[in-house]
Amino acid sequence: MSESKVKTLLEEPLRVVNIGLEGFAKELDQQGVKVIQVDWTPPAGGDTKLANLLSKLGT
Amino acid sequence: MKAEMKVIEDANREALKRMLSGDPVLVDVIPAMEAITELKERMILHAGPPIGWDGLCGPMRGAITGIAVFEGWAPDLEVAEKLAADGAFDFHPNHHFDAVGPMTGLTTLSQPVMVVENRTFGNRAYCALNEGLGKVMRFGGNDDEVLDRLRWLRDVLGPAMSKALRSGDGISLKSLVARGLTMGDEMHQRNVACSGLTLRAMSPALASTSTDTEALSDILSFIGGNDQFFLNIAMAMGKAIMDPVRGIEGSSLVTAMSRNGTDFGIRVSGTGDKWFTAPVEMPEGLYFPGFTEADANPDMGDSTIVETIGLGGFAMGAAPAVAGFVGAGTASEAANFTRTMGEITLGENPEWTIPALDYLGVPTGIDIRLVVETGLSPTINTGIAHKEPGVGQVGAGVVRAPMACFEQALHAFAQSVGVS
Repeated sequence: MSESKVKTLLEEPLRVVNIGLEGFAKELDQQGVKVIQVDWTPPAGGDTKLANLLSKLGT
Repeated sequence: MKAEMKVIEDANREALKRMLSGDPVLVDVIPAMEAITELKERMILHAGPPIGWDGLCGPMRGAITGIAVFEGWAPDLEVAEKLAADGAFDFHPNHHFDAVGPMTGLTTLSQPVMVVENRTFGNRAYCALNEGLGKVMRFGGNDDEVLDRLRWLRDVLGPAMSKALRSGDGISLKSLVARGLTMGDEMHQRNVACSGLTLRAMSPALASTSTDTEALSDILSFIGGNDQFFLNIAMAMGKAIMDPVRGIEGSSLVTAMSRNGTDFGIRVSGTGDKWFTAPVEMPEGLYFPGFTEADANPDMGDSTIVETIGLGGFAMGAAPAVAGFVGAGTASEAANFTRTMGEITLGENPEWTIPALDYLGVPTGIDIRLVVETGLSPTINTGIAHKEPGVGQVGAGVVRAPMACFEQALHAFAQSVGVS
């Protein structure tokens, strides 16, 4: 990212997309930051054995 | 694409096609012994996966002692309980005999069962008549009032419905349910519209085949006063739709979900008739005046066959009124339930649509892979029974199918297609 883009990012109001844990979005929202929450959890709740199986079964 | 993935994709396409092409018709009401010829004296079919007397919950025990008196196997409830504990009765799941039953879901020799025929595939499925709300056998009730009502269903309503249905070509259920969805039913905890539509369809034949106006009046009053009358028809319809989907090699689609008050069980097309079970969960909901969560029995019944075909909790968006009744929130939250279930299903039903969701088809064909991947287990709308025998219904709520059932099924399914 160029120096000017970084400067713009820091000078303009933040617009945030938060993926996963909702607590981060709530904190930002309470501070007046525009935030879009995206519900997301790791496949199979993070169980790597099941996730590995799912990857072979075509989801 | 790997070969096994192609097999699964093709199998699931076939499974969904069979589901959507089903043509269920309510054709008759006959004694269970005629419908299920394997039934014998002292044989009791129950809701849910297999279980014995020792594992049964309070309302299930209450219903069993009641049905033993009703069938003349015991002179009273006390003797019936002793006989049951001594192993005098033979217990089997309804699902093993083309049948389903709500809550305790007992099916025995002389009870009348409704017959739903799937005219696309020629198979038939059975479910007992709905008894109404409150203190009834399906919620564990077993006193004289409950048994007298069962006798009336056997001696008056069953034969009258049989004559009426046989005088015509039956009642086509696919179109009736489509109308019910547009009228605010989800076919599990709200059946007001479909019960009314069924009564409207049957009334002329009930009248023209009746020779007893007093009995006819009682019948019309009973059906007209029972908002859940259609539930048992919807269940037999669900079973009739899902049975032809069983046993498709390579299909990860759920063919049955069911609970016996102790365990929750699912069956998957590609793994045949094996049950995958886990302890059943407690519904969260609203209670009738005078009752609380402390009175509630865990989740129970074969009625989850309704969710298995995309109705009930899956069609909550069609029935915002039920979201309030089961304590699931506002109308917009009801729509979210339906949209969320779309993430764990293979498709939508183009014939069963929800006007308030821009005619979105109900989410259809639960895929165990999607359930495990997303961590979203099926949402079920349910009645809540009192945990003690003989009391009856105490509320209604929402419950989730246990994720452990789907995880077990996924391991077995992977093995069945040669994946480890």
